Amino acid sequence: MSSVTTVRAGIPGRIILILLMIVTVVPFVSVFITALHPSGTYPSGIALPATPHWENFVQAFQVADMGALLLSSGIIVLAVVPISMLISTMAGFALGHLRPPGSRIAFLAFVLGLTLPLEGIITPLYYQVRSMGLLNTRWAIILPLIGLYMPFAIVWMRAHFIGMPAEITEAARIDGASTWQLFWRVQVPLARPALSSLGILLFLWTWNQFLLAIVLVDDPLKRTMAGALGAFQGQWGTNIPLLCAGALLILTPTLIVYLVFQRAFISALLEGSVKA
Amino acid sequence: MTGIVTTPEVATPPATAAARPERRRSTRRRSGRGALVGWLFLLPATVFYIAFVLWPILSTINYSFYDWNGITPATFVGVQNYVALVTQPELLGSIINAFVLIIFFSLIPTALGLVIAATIRGISGSRLAGIARVVLFLPQIIPLVAAGIIWTWLLSTDGLINQLLRGIGLGGITRAWLGDFTTALPAVGVIGAWVLLGLCTLLLLSGMSKLDPSLSEASRLDGAGAVREFLSITVPLLKAEIGVCITVTVIAALASFDIIYIATQGGPGNSTMVPGLQIFYLAFTQREVGLASALAVALMVLVLAVVLPIQRIFRGNDQ
Repeated sequence: MSSVTTVRAGIPGRIILILLMIVTVVPFVSVFITALHPSGTYPSGIALPATPHWENFVQAFQVADMGALLLSSGIIVLAVVPISMLISTMAGFALGHLRPPGSRIAFLAFVLGLTLPLEGIITPLYYQVRSMGLLNTRWAIILPLIGLYMPFAIVWMRAHFIGMPAEITEAARIDGASTWQLFWRVQVPLARPALSSLGILLFLWTWNQFLLAIVLVDDPLKRTMAGALGAFQGQWGTNIPLLCAGALLILTPTLIVYLVFQRAFISALLEGSVKA
Repeated sequence: MTGIVTTPEVATPPATAAARPERRRSTRRRSGRGALVGWLFLLPATVFYIAFVLWPILSTINYSFYDWNGITPATFVGVQNYVALVTQPELLGSIINAFVLIIFFSLIPTALGLVIAATIRGISGSRLAGIARVVLFLPQIIPLVAAGIIWTWLLSTDGLINQLLRGIGLGGITRAWLGDFTTALPAVGVIGAWVLLGLCTLLLLSGMSKLDPSLSEASRLDGAGAVREFLSITVPLLKAEIGVCITVTVIAALASFDIIYIATQGGPGNSTMVPGLQIFYLAFTQREVGLASALAVALMVLVLAVVLPIQRIFRGNDQ
Protein backbone atom coordinates (compact mmCIF):
# COMPACT_ATOMS: atom_id res chain seq x y z
CA MET A 1 0.00 0.00 0.00
CA SER A 2 2.58 2.54 1.10
CA SER A 3 4.97 1.56 -1.68
CA VAL A 4 2.21 2.12 -4.23
CA THR A 5 1.61 5.67 -2.98
CA THR A 6 5.32 6.54 -3.01
CA VAL A 7 5.69 5.32 -6.58
CA ARG A 8 2.66 7.31 -7.67
CA ALA A 9 3.84 10.39 -5.77
CA GLY A 10 7.27 9.84 -7.26
CA ILE A 11 6.32 10.41 -10.90
CA PRO A 12 5.45 14.15 -10.78
CA GLY A 13 8.38 14.53 -8.41
CA ARG A 14 10.75 12.96 -10.91
CA ILE A 15 9.41 15.07 -13.77
CA ILE A 16 9.79 18.29 -11.77
CA LEU A 17 13.24 17.31 -10.61
CA ILE A 18 14.40 16.55 -14.17
CA LEU A 19 12.93 19.84 -15.40
CA LEU A 20 14.76 21.72 -12.69
CA MET A 21 18.01 19.99 -13.58
CA ILE A 22 17.51 20.90 -17.24
CA VAL A 23 16.96 24.55 -16.31
CA THR A 24 20.16 24.45 -14.27
CA VAL A 25 22.32 22.71 -16.84
CA VAL A 26 21.09 24.06 -20.19
CA PRO A 27 22.76 27.48 -19.71
CA PHE A 28 26.12 25.71 -19.36
CA VAL A 29 25.43 23.55 -22.42
CA SER A 30 24.48 26.60 -24.46
CA VAL A 31 27.71 28.36 -23.49
CA PHE A 32 29.73 25.24 -24.26
CA ILE A 33 28.23 24.85 -27.73
CA THR A 34 28.72 28.55 -28.41
CA ALA A 35 32.37 28.21 -27.44
CA LEU A 36 32.82 25.73 -30.30
CA HIS A 37 31.74 28.21 -32.99
CA PRO A 38 34.32 30.07 -35.10
CA SER A 39 35.98 32.82 -33.08
CA GLY A 40 34.47 36.26 -33.69
CA THR A 41 31.14 35.05 -35.13
CA TYR A 42 27.65 35.56 -33.66
CA PRO A 43 26.16 32.09 -33.32
CA SER A 44 22.48 31.90 -32.43
CA GLY A 45 21.15 30.06 -29.38
CA ILE A 46 21.83 26.34 -29.39
CA ALA A 47 23.02 25.51 -32.91
CA LEU A 48 25.86 23.12 -33.47
CA PRO A 49 28.73 24.53 -35.55
CA ALA A 50 29.64 22.81 -38.83
CA THR A 51 32.97 21.84 -37.32
CA PRO A 52 33.74 22.24 -33.61
CA HIS A 53 36.45 24.85 -33.07
CA TRP A 54 38.26 23.41 -30.07
CA GLU A 55 41.10 25.85 -30.68
CA ASN A 56 38.95 28.55 -29.01
CA PHE A 57 39.80 26.96 -25.68
CA VAL A 58 43.49 27.00 -26.49
CA GLN A 59 43.28 30.63 -27.57
CA ALA A 60 41.29 31.59 -24.45
CA PHE A 61 43.80 29.77 -22.27
CA GLN A 62 46.60 31.78 -23.83
CA VAL A 63 44.99 35.25 -23.96
CA ALA A 64 43.63 34.91 -20.41
CA ASP A 65 47.03 33.62 -19.22
CA MET A 66 45.26 30.87 -17.29
CA GLY A 67 48.43 29.50 -15.71
CA ALA A 68 49.23 32.86 -14.10
CA LEU A 69 45.59 33.30 -13.06
CA LEU A 70 45.51 29.95 -11.30
CA LEU A 71 48.72 30.81 -9.51
CA SER A 72 47.40 34.19 -8.41
CA SER A 73 44.11 32.84 -7.08
CA GLY A 74 46.01 29.99 -5.46
CA ILE A 75 48.33 32.39 -3.63
CA ILE A 76 45.40 34.47 -2.40
CA VAL A 77 43.49 31.41 -1.20
CA LEU A 78 46.58 29.97 0.51
CA ALA A 79 47.07 33.20 2.43
CA VAL A 80 43.46 34.00 3.28
CA VAL A 81 42.00 30.62 4.18
CA PRO A 82 44.55 29.25 6.69
CA ILE A 83 45.01 32.59 8.50
CA SER A 84 41.25 33.16 8.68
CA MET A 85 40.69 29.63 9.95
CA LEU A 86 43.40 29.88 12.59
CA ILE A 87 42.45 33.23 14.08
CA SER A 88 38.69 32.64 13.90
CA THR A 89 39.09 29.26 15.60
CA MET A 90 41.10 30.91 18.38
CA ALA A 91 38.45 33.62 18.73
CA GLY A 92 35.59 31.11 18.54
CA PHE A 93 37.31 29.09 21.28
CA ALA A 94 37.64 32.23 23.41
CA LEU A 95 34.00 33.25 22.90
CA GLY A 96 32.47 29.80 23.16
CA HIS A 97 34.66 28.31 25.84
CA LEU A 98 37.04 30.62 27.74
CA ARG A 99 34.51 33.49 27.84
CA PRO A 100 36.70 36.23 29.32
CA PRO A 101 34.86 39.28 30.70
CA GLY A 102 33.61 41.46 27.85
CA SER A 103 33.26 38.52 25.47
CA ARG A 104 29.49 39.05 25.16
CA ILE A 105 30.06 42.51 23.75
CA ALA A 106 32.82 41.20 21.48
CA PHE A 107 30.47 38.50 20.21
CA LEU A 108 27.70 41.02 19.50
CA ALA A 109 30.19 43.20 17.62
CA PHE A 110 31.08 40.25 15.39
CA VAL A 111 27.41 39.27 14.88
CA LEU A 112 26.71 42.82 13.75
CA GLY A 113 29.14 42.27 10.88
CA LEU A 114 27.29 39.17 9.60
CA THR A 115 24.90 41.08 7.36
CA LEU A 116 27.34 43.79 6.31
CA PRO A 117 27.29 44.36 2.54
CA LEU A 118 30.83 44.77 1.23
CA GLU A 119 29.75 47.76 -0.88
CA GLY A 120 29.11 49.58 2.40
CA ILE A 121 32.81 49.78 3.20
CA ILE A 122 34.49 49.46 -0.20
CA THR A 123 35.14 53.22 -0.53
CA PRO A 124 37.11 53.69 2.72
CA LEU A 125 38.83 50.34 2.13
CA TYR A 126 40.20 51.75 -1.12
CA TYR A 127 41.69 54.84 0.57
CA GLN A 128 42.93 52.76 3.50
CA VAL A 129 44.67 50.21 1.28
CA ARG A 130 46.09 53.06 -0.82
CA SER A 131 47.55 54.79 2.22
CA MET A 132 49.11 51.47 3.25
CA GLY A 133 50.77 51.42 -0.18
CA LEU A 134 49.19 48.06 -1.01
CA LEU A 135 47.03 49.06 -3.97
CA ASN A 136 47.46 46.72 -6.93
CA THR A 137 49.09 44.00 -4.81
CA ARG A 138 47.56 40.73 -3.65
CA TRP A 139 47.71 42.04 -0.06
CA ALA A 140 44.94 44.44 -1.04
CA ILE A 141 42.62 41.43 -1.41
CA ILE A 142 44.13 39.20 1.28
CA LEU A 143 44.08 41.52 4.31
CA PRO A 144 40.53 42.94 3.95
CA LEU A 145 39.11 39.49 3.16
CA ILE A 146 40.48 38.05 6.41
CA GLY A 147 38.77 40.86 8.34
CA LEU A 148 35.54 40.46 6.38
CA TYR A 149 35.39 36.71 7.06
CA MET A 150 35.72 37.13 10.83
CA PRO A 151 32.01 37.53 11.68
CA PHE A 152 30.89 34.38 9.87
CA ALA A 153 33.95 32.29 10.76
CA ILE A 154 33.84 33.23 14.44
CA VAL A 155 30.09 32.66 14.80
CA TRP A 156 30.59 29.30 13.08
CA MET A 157 33.47 28.17 15.30
CA ARG A 158 31.89 29.54 18.49
CA ALA A 159 28.78 27.46 17.76
CA HIS A 160 31.03 24.41 17.53
CA PHE A 161 32.90 25.09 20.78
CA ILE A 162 29.68 25.81 22.69
CA GLY A 163 28.47 22.35 21.73
CA MET A 164 31.59 20.66 23.15
CA PRO A 165 31.05 19.02 26.57
CA ALA A 166 32.90 20.69 29.46
CA GLU A 167 34.25 17.32 30.67
CA ILE A 168 36.80 17.29 27.87
CA THR A 169 38.36 20.49 29.17
CA GLU A 170 38.23 19.38 32.77
CA ALA A 171 39.96 16.13 31.96
CA ALA A 172 42.71 17.99 30.11
CA ARG A 173 43.07 20.50 32.96
CA ILE A 174 43.43 17.71 35.51
CA ASP A 175 46.20 16.31 33.33
CA GLY A 176 47.89 19.70 33.75
CA ALA A 177 47.37 21.06 30.25
CA SER A 178 47.68 24.81 29.71
CA THR A 179 45.03 26.68 27.77
CA TRP A 180 47.27 26.73 24.71
CA GLN A 181 47.88 22.98 24.90
CA LEU A 182 44.20 22.35 25.55
CA PHE A 183 43.41 24.34 22.43
CA TRP A 184 45.93 22.74 20.08
CA ARG A 185 46.08 19.17 21.32
CA VAL A 186 42.47 18.59 22.38
CA GLN A 187 40.02 21.11 20.94
CA VAL A 188 41.39 21.72 17.44
CA PRO A 189 41.57 18.00 16.53
CA LEU A 190 37.98 17.58 17.76
CA ALA A 191 36.88 20.58 15.68
CA ARG A 192 38.00 19.00 12.42
CA PRO A 193 34.51 18.58 10.85
CA ALA A 194 33.56 22.19 11.61
CA LEU A 195 36.95 23.36 10.34
CA SER A 196 36.75 21.48 7.06
CA SER A 197 33.31 22.92 6.24
CA LEU A 198 34.59 26.38 7.12
CA GLY A 199 37.63 25.85 4.92
CA ILE A 200 35.47 24.89 1.93
CA LEU A 201 33.25 27.94 2.30
CA LEU A 202 36.17 30.34 2.68
CA PHE A 203 37.91 28.80 -0.33
CA LEU A 204 34.81 29.26 -2.48
CA TRP A 205 34.13 32.82 -1.32
CA THR A 206 37.75 33.84 -1.87
CA TRP A 207 38.02 32.26 -5.31
CA ASN A 208 34.75 33.95 -6.34
CA GLN A 209 35.44 37.35 -4.76
CA PHE A 210 34.82 40.04 -7.35
CA LEU A 211 34.28 43.54 -5.93
CA LEU A 212 37.50 43.74 -3.89
CA ALA A 213 39.47 42.50 -6.89
CA ILE A 214 38.14 45.02 -9.40
CA VAL A 215 38.38 47.99 -7.04
CA LEU A 216 41.75 47.35 -5.41
CA VAL A 217 43.76 45.49 -8.05
CA ASP A 218 44.07 46.67 -11.67
CA ASP A 219 46.27 43.85 -12.92
CA PRO A 220 44.08 40.78 -13.69
CA LEU A 221 47.09 38.54 -13.04
CA LYS A 222 47.11 39.61 -9.38
CA ARG A 223 43.37 39.09 -8.90
CA THR A 224 41.07 36.26 -7.87
CA MET A 225 39.51 34.06 -10.54
CA ALA A 226 36.22 35.99 -10.54
CA GLY A 227 38.06 39.31 -10.84
CA ALA A 228 40.10 37.98 -13.73
CA LEU A 229 36.94 36.77 -15.44
CA GLY A 230 35.55 40.30 -15.16
CA ALA A 231 38.64 41.66 -16.91
CA PHE A 232 38.39 38.95 -19.56
CA GLN A 233 34.80 39.94 -20.28
CA GLY A 234 35.81 43.59 -20.53
CA GLN A 235 38.48 42.74 -23.09
CA TRP A 236 36.81 40.00 -25.17
CA GLY A 237 33.13 40.79 -24.52
CA THR A 238 32.37 41.20 -28.23
CA ASN A 239 33.97 37.93 -29.31
CA ILE A 240 31.18 35.67 -28.03
CA PRO A 241 32.71 32.22 -28.76
CA LEU A 242 36.03 33.22 -27.21
CA LEU A 243 34.27 34.76 -24.17
CA CYS A 244 32.28 31.57 -23.66
CA ALA A 245 35.42 29.44 -23.94
CA GLY A 246 37.24 31.68 -21.46
CA ALA A 247 34.35 31.67 -18.98
CA LEU A 248 34.20 27.88 -19.08
CA LEU A 249 37.97 27.57 -18.62
CA ILE A 250 37.89 29.87 -15.61
CA LEU A 251 35.07 27.78 -14.13
CA THR A 252 36.80 24.46 -14.65
CA PRO A 253 39.09 24.42 -11.57
CA THR A 254 36.19 25.14 -9.19
CA LEU A 255 34.02 22.57 -10.93
CA ILE A 256 36.69 19.89 -10.58
CA VAL A 257 37.21 20.65 -6.90
CA TYR A 258 33.44 20.69 -6.41
CA LEU A 259 32.86 17.35 -8.12
CA VAL A 260 35.66 15.71 -6.15
CA PHE A 261 34.47 17.02 -2.77
CA GLN A 262 30.76 17.30 -3.63
CA ARG A 263 29.39 15.84 -0.40
CA ALA A 264 31.51 18.10 1.78
CA PHE A 265 30.66 21.13 -0.39
CA ILE A 266 26.92 20.56 -0.28
CA SER A 267 26.75 20.02 3.45
CA ALA A 268 29.02 23.02 4.04
CA LEU A 269 26.86 25.26 1.86
CA LEU A 270 23.63 24.11 3.50
CA GLU A 271 24.97 24.51 7.05
CA GLY A 272 26.68 27.73 6.08
CA SER A 273 23.47 29.44 5.04
CA VAL A 274 21.66 28.24 8.15
CA LYS A 275 24.27 29.79 10.44
CA ALA A 276 24.65 33.01 8.47
CA MET B 1 53.92 31.58 22.82
CA THR B 2 53.61 28.22 24.55
CA GLY B 3 56.08 29.38 27.20
CA ILE B 4 53.88 32.28 28.20
CA VAL B 5 50.71 30.36 28.78
CA THR B 6 51.93 27.09 30.32
CA THR B 7 51.83 26.35 34.03
CA PRO B 8 50.04 29.38 35.46
CA GLU B 9 51.12 28.45 39.01
CA VAL B 10 54.72 29.32 38.24
CA ALA B 11 53.91 32.64 36.69
CA THR B 12 51.37 33.89 39.27
CA PRO B 13 52.62 35.85 42.29
CA PRO B 14 52.80 33.71 45.47
CA ALA B 15 50.04 35.62 47.27
CA THR B 16 47.33 34.72 44.78
CA ALA B 17 48.74 31.30 44.11
CA ALA B 18 47.74 30.16 47.58
CA ALA B 19 44.14 31.26 47.09
CA ARG B 20 43.96 29.78 43.67
CA PRO B 21 42.69 26.22 44.17
CA GLU B 22 39.42 27.43 45.78
CA ARG B 23 38.89 30.32 43.42
CA ARG B 24 39.53 28.25 40.40
CA ARG B 25 36.26 26.35 40.41
CA SER B 26 33.90 29.20 41.04
CA THR B 27 35.42 32.24 39.39
CA ARG B 28 38.10 30.96 37.07
CA ARG B 29 36.59 32.83 34.13
CA ARG B 30 36.60 36.11 36.01
CA SER B 31 40.18 35.83 37.27
CA GLY B 32 42.62 38.29 35.77
CA ARG B 33 44.83 35.68 34.23
CA GLY B 34 41.96 33.75 32.62
CA ALA B 35 40.66 36.99 31.16
CA LEU B 36 44.08 37.82 29.77
CA VAL B 37 44.44 34.41 28.12
CA GLY B 38 40.91 34.66 26.72
CA TRP B 39 41.60 38.03 25.21
CA LEU B 40 44.93 36.87 23.80
CA PHE B 41 42.96 34.24 21.88
CA LEU B 42 40.56 36.92 20.68
CA LEU B 43 43.24 39.42 19.78
CA PRO B 44 44.32 38.52 16.21
CA ALA B 45 40.75 38.21 14.94
CA THR B 46 39.75 41.42 16.69
CA VAL B 47 42.67 43.33 15.16
CA PHE B 48 41.71 42.23 11.63
CA TYR B 49 38.04 42.92 12.27
CA ILE B 50 38.66 46.41 13.63
CA ALA B 51 41.19 47.32 10.93
CA PHE B 52 39.26 46.09 7.91
CA VAL B 53 35.60 46.21 8.97
CA LEU B 54 34.80 48.40 11.99
CA TRP B 55 37.21 51.21 11.11
CA PRO B 56 36.00 51.37 7.47
CA ILE B 57 32.39 51.48 8.74
CA LEU B 58 33.26 54.50 10.89
CA SER B 59 35.14 56.07 7.95
CA THR B 60 32.12 55.60 5.69
CA ILE B 61 29.90 57.35 8.22
CA ASN B 62 32.50 60.12 8.54
CA TYR B 63 32.91 60.57 4.75
CA SER B 64 29.14 60.76 4.33
CA PHE B 65 29.05 64.23 5.95
CA TYR B 66 31.59 65.68 3.53
CA ASP B 67 31.78 66.78 -0.05
CA TRP B 68 34.97 65.14 -1.28
CA ASN B 69 36.39 64.21 -4.69
CA GLY B 70 39.05 61.98 -3.18
CA ILE B 71 41.91 64.38 -3.99
CA THR B 72 41.41 67.97 -2.83
CA PRO B 73 40.51 68.74 0.83
CA ALA B 74 36.97 67.75 1.81
CA THR B 75 34.28 70.26 2.82
CA PHE B 76 31.86 69.53 5.63
CA VAL B 77 28.29 69.63 4.27
CA GLY B 78 26.26 68.17 7.16
CA VAL B 79 23.35 65.98 6.07
CA GLN B 80 23.30 67.37 2.53
CA ASN B 81 24.37 64.02 1.02
CA TYR B 82 21.52 62.29 2.82
CA VAL B 83 19.07 64.88 1.52
CA ALA B 84 20.36 64.13 -1.98
CA LEU B 85 19.60 60.43 -1.44
CA VAL B 86 15.89 61.04 -1.06
CA THR B 87 15.59 63.94 -3.52
CA GLN B 88 17.71 62.76 -6.48
CA PRO B 89 15.52 60.33 -8.43
CA GLU B 90 18.41 58.19 -9.71
CA LEU B 91 19.69 57.56 -6.16
CA LEU B 92 16.26 56.77 -4.71
CA GLY B 93 15.53 54.73 -7.84
CA SER B 94 18.49 52.44 -7.18
CA ILE B 95 17.08 51.63 -3.73
CA ILE B 96 13.64 50.95 -5.20
CA ASN B 97 15.20 48.65 -7.82
CA ALA B 98 16.89 46.66 -5.04
CA PHE B 99 13.49 46.10 -3.45
CA VAL B 100 12.01 45.01 -6.78
CA LEU B 101 14.85 42.49 -7.04
CA ILE B 102 13.71 40.94 -3.73
CA ILE B 103 10.70 39.55 -5.65
CA PHE B 104 13.04 37.67 -7.98
CA PHE B 105 15.90 36.85 -5.64
CA SER B 106 13.77 35.95 -2.60
CA LEU B 107 10.10 35.37 -3.13
CA ILE B 108 10.28 33.33 -6.33
CA PRO B 109 13.11 30.99 -5.21
CA THR B 110 11.55 30.49 -1.77
CA ALA B 111 7.99 29.90 -3.01
CA LEU B 112 9.04 27.77 -5.96
CA GLY B 113 11.60 26.00 -3.79
CA LEU B 114 8.87 25.07 -1.30
CA VAL B 115 6.62 23.63 -3.99
CA ILE B 116 9.46 21.74 -5.65
CA ALA B 117 10.81 20.43 -2.36
CA ALA B 118 7.35 19.19 -1.35
CA THR B 119 6.93 17.47 -4.71
CA ILE B 120 10.30 15.74 -4.73
CA ARG B 121 10.27 14.95 -1.01
CA GLY B 122 8.93 11.44 -1.62
CA ILE B 123 11.91 10.58 -3.81
CA SER B 124 14.59 12.43 -1.81
CA GLY B 125 16.36 9.16 -1.09
CA SER B 126 16.48 8.02 -4.71
CA ARG B 127 19.46 7.96 -7.03
CA LEU B 128 17.97 10.67 -9.21
CA ALA B 129 17.73 12.96 -6.18
CA GLY B 130 21.37 12.29 -5.40
CA ILE B 131 22.41 13.43 -8.87
CA ALA B 132 20.00 16.36 -8.70
CA ARG B 133 21.60 17.53 -5.47
CA VAL B 134 24.98 17.85 -7.19
CA VAL B 135 23.49 19.53 -10.27
CA LEU B 136 21.27 22.00 -8.42
CA PHE B 137 24.22 23.33 -6.47
CA LEU B 138 26.21 24.23 -9.58
CA PRO B 139 24.95 27.86 -9.66
CA GLN B 140 26.17 28.27 -6.06
CA ILE B 141 29.67 27.08 -6.88
CA ILE B 142 30.41 29.29 -9.87
CA PRO B 143 31.25 32.98 -9.43
CA LEU B 144 28.27 35.29 -9.89
CA VAL B 145 30.33 36.94 -12.62
CA ALA B 146 30.17 33.72 -14.60
CA ALA B 147 26.41 33.46 -14.06
CA GLY B 148 26.20 37.02 -15.36
CA ILE B 149 28.24 36.25 -18.48
CA ILE B 150 26.33 33.05 -19.22
CA TRP B 151 22.92 34.70 -18.89
CA THR B 152 23.91 37.83 -20.77
CA TRP B 153 24.45 35.52 -23.71
CA LEU B 154 21.26 33.51 -23.14
CA LEU B 155 19.13 36.66 -22.91
CA SER B 156 20.70 38.42 -25.89
CA THR B 157 18.91 39.00 -29.22
CA ASP B 158 20.30 35.77 -30.72
CA GLY B 159 20.36 33.89 -27.44
CA LEU B 160 18.71 30.68 -26.35
CA ILE B 161 15.72 32.34 -24.68
CA ASN B 162 14.64 34.08 -27.88
CA GLN B 163 15.34 30.93 -29.88
CA LEU B 164 13.01 28.98 -27.58
CA LEU B 165 10.33 31.68 -27.79
CA ARG B 166 10.46 31.58 -31.59
CA GLY B 167 10.29 27.80 -31.43
CA ILE B 168 6.98 27.89 -29.55
CA GLY B 169 5.49 30.55 -31.80
CA LEU B 170 6.13 33.54 -29.56
CA GLY B 171 8.56 35.19 -31.97
CA GLY B 172 6.62 38.44 -31.54
CA ILE B 173 7.82 39.08 -28.01
CA THR B 174 11.51 38.37 -28.60
CA ARG B 175 13.86 41.22 -27.80
CA ALA B 176 17.24 42.01 -26.25
CA TRP B 177 15.90 41.33 -22.75
CA LEU B 178 18.73 43.06 -20.92
CA GLY B 179 18.71 46.09 -23.23
CA ASP B 180 15.02 46.94 -22.99
CA PHE B 181 13.91 49.54 -20.42
CA THR B 182 10.86 47.54 -19.32
CA THR B 183 12.39 44.06 -19.23
CA ALA B 184 15.99 44.66 -18.07
CA LEU B 185 15.26 44.63 -14.34
CA PRO B 186 13.10 41.47 -14.41
CA ALA B 187 15.70 39.86 -16.70
CA VAL B 188 18.44 40.57 -14.15
CA GLY B 189 16.06 39.20 -11.52
CA VAL B 190 15.71 35.96 -13.49
CA ILE B 191 19.50 35.50 -13.32
CA GLY B 192 19.36 35.89 -9.54
CA ALA B 193 16.42 33.48 -9.32
CA TRP B 194 18.38 30.90 -11.33
CA VAL B 195 21.37 31.24 -8.99
CA LEU B 196 19.32 30.97 -5.79
CA LEU B 197 16.55 28.49 -6.66
CA GLY B 198 18.70 25.38 -6.20
CA LEU B 199 20.02 26.54 -2.84
CA CYS B 200 16.51 27.31 -1.54
CA THR B 201 15.11 24.01 -2.81
CA LEU B 202 17.84 21.97 -1.15
CA LEU B 203 17.67 23.94 2.11
CA LEU B 204 13.91 23.40 2.32
CA LEU B 205 14.25 19.76 1.30
CA SER B 206 16.77 19.11 4.07
CA GLY B 207 14.33 20.77 6.48
CA MET B 208 11.49 18.56 5.25
CA SER B 209 13.54 15.43 5.67
CA LYS B 210 13.77 16.22 9.39
CA LEU B 211 9.98 16.40 9.78
CA ASP B 212 8.22 13.51 11.45
CA PRO B 213 6.58 11.42 8.68
CA SER B 214 3.77 10.37 11.04
CA LEU B 215 2.43 13.96 10.92
CA SER B 216 1.82 13.69 7.20
CA GLU B 217 0.28 10.25 7.60
CA ALA B 218 -2.04 11.58 10.29
CA SER B 219 -3.22 14.39 8.06
CA ARG B 220 -3.77 11.94 5.22
CA LEU B 221 -5.89 9.78 7.50
CA ASP B 222 -7.91 12.86 8.45
CA GLY B 223 -8.67 13.19 4.76
CA ALA B 224 -6.49 16.22 4.02
CA GLY B 225 -5.32 16.47 0.42
CA ALA B 226 -1.72 17.07 -0.61
CA VAL B 227 -2.28 20.83 -0.98
CA ARG B 228 -3.95 21.11 2.42
CA GLU B 229 -1.22 19.07 4.05
CA PHE B 230 1.43 21.27 2.41
CA LEU B 231 -0.16 24.53 3.58
CA SER B 232 -1.23 23.56 7.08
CA ILE B 233 1.53 21.15 8.13
CA THR B 234 4.65 21.37 6.01
CA VAL B 235 4.92 25.15 5.62
CA PRO B 236 4.39 26.06 9.31
CA LEU B 237 6.87 23.43 10.47
CA LEU B 238 9.50 24.68 8.04
CA LYS B 239 9.39 28.19 9.48
CA ALA B 240 13.06 28.17 10.46
CA GLU B 241 14.26 26.97 7.04
CA ILE B 242 12.00 29.43 5.20
CA GLY B 243 13.46 32.16 7.39
CA VAL B 244 16.98 31.13 6.40
CA CYS B 245 16.08 31.15 2.69
CA ILE B 246 14.49 34.57 2.90
CA THR B 247 17.34 36.06 4.94
CA VAL B 248 20.08 34.81 2.64
CA THR B 249 18.28 35.79 -0.54
CA VAL B 250 17.11 39.22 0.67
CA ILE B 251 20.70 40.13 1.52
CA ALA B 252 21.72 38.87 -1.94
CA ALA B 253 19.07 41.13 -3.53
CA LEU B 254 19.76 44.30 -1.56
CA ALA B 255 23.55 43.95 -1.84
CA SER B 256 23.57 42.72 -5.46
CA PHE B 257 26.54 43.85 -7.52
CA ASP B 258 28.41 41.21 -9.55
CA ILE B 259 25.55 40.03 -11.80
CA ILE B 260 24.39 43.54 -12.66
CA TYR B 261 27.91 44.90 -13.17
CA ILE B 262 28.44 42.19 -15.79
CA ALA B 263 24.99 41.99 -17.38
CA THR B 264 23.80 45.61 -17.69
CA GLN B 265 26.17 47.99 -15.82
CA GLY B 266 22.96 49.47 -14.37
CA GLY B 267 21.45 50.29 -17.75
CA PRO B 268 19.71 50.87 -20.01
CA GLY B 269 19.43 54.34 -18.51
CA ASN B 270 19.27 53.65 -14.80
CA SER B 271 16.68 50.91 -15.12
CA THR B 272 18.78 48.24 -13.39
CA MET B 273 20.86 50.50 -11.15
CA VAL B 274 21.17 49.13 -7.59
CA PRO B 275 22.78 50.73 -4.52
CA GLY B 276 25.91 48.55 -4.64
CA LEU B 277 26.68 49.49 -8.23
CA GLN B 278 25.74 53.13 -7.68
CA ILE B 279 28.21 53.34 -4.76
CA PHE B 280 30.92 51.91 -7.02
CA TYR B 281 30.24 54.43 -9.79
CA LEU B 282 29.88 57.41 -7.44
CA ALA B 283 33.08 56.60 -5.56
CA PHE B 284 35.35 55.45 -8.36
CA THR B 285 34.19 57.08 -11.60
CA GLN B 286 32.22 60.19 -10.61
CA ARG B 287 34.50 60.86 -7.62
CA GLU B 288 31.59 61.81 -5.37
CA VAL B 289 33.00 60.09 -2.31
CA GLY B 290 30.67 61.82 0.18
CA LEU B 291 27.55 60.92 -1.75
CA ALA B 292 28.78 57.35 -2.30
CA SER B 293 29.35 57.06 1.44
CA ALA B 294 25.90 58.36 2.33
CA LEU B 295 24.39 55.74 0.03
CA ALA B 296 26.68 53.12 1.60
CA VAL B 297 25.45 54.02 5.09
CA ALA B 298 21.87 53.88 3.83
CA LEU B 299 22.50 50.43 2.33
CA MET B 300 24.05 49.06 5.53
CA VAL B 301 21.16 50.39 7.63
CA LEU B 302 18.62 49.13 5.09
CA VAL B 303 19.98 45.58 5.15
CA LEU B 304 19.85 45.52 8.95
CA ALA B 305 16.38 47.09 9.00
CA VAL B 306 15.06 44.41 6.65
CA VAL B 307 16.95 41.39 8.01
CA LEU B 308 16.42 41.91 11.76
CA PRO B 309 12.58 41.79 11.57
CA ILE B 310 12.81 38.73 9.29
CA GLN B 311 14.99 37.00 11.88
CA ARG B 312 12.54 38.00 14.62
CA ILE B 313 9.52 36.69 12.72
CA PHE B 314 11.04 33.38 11.71
CA ARG B 315 13.14 32.57 14.73
CA GLY B 316 11.54 34.51 17.59
CA ASN B 317 8.56 32.44 18.73
CA ASP B 318 9.99 29.22 17.39
CA GLN B 319 11.83 28.12 20.48
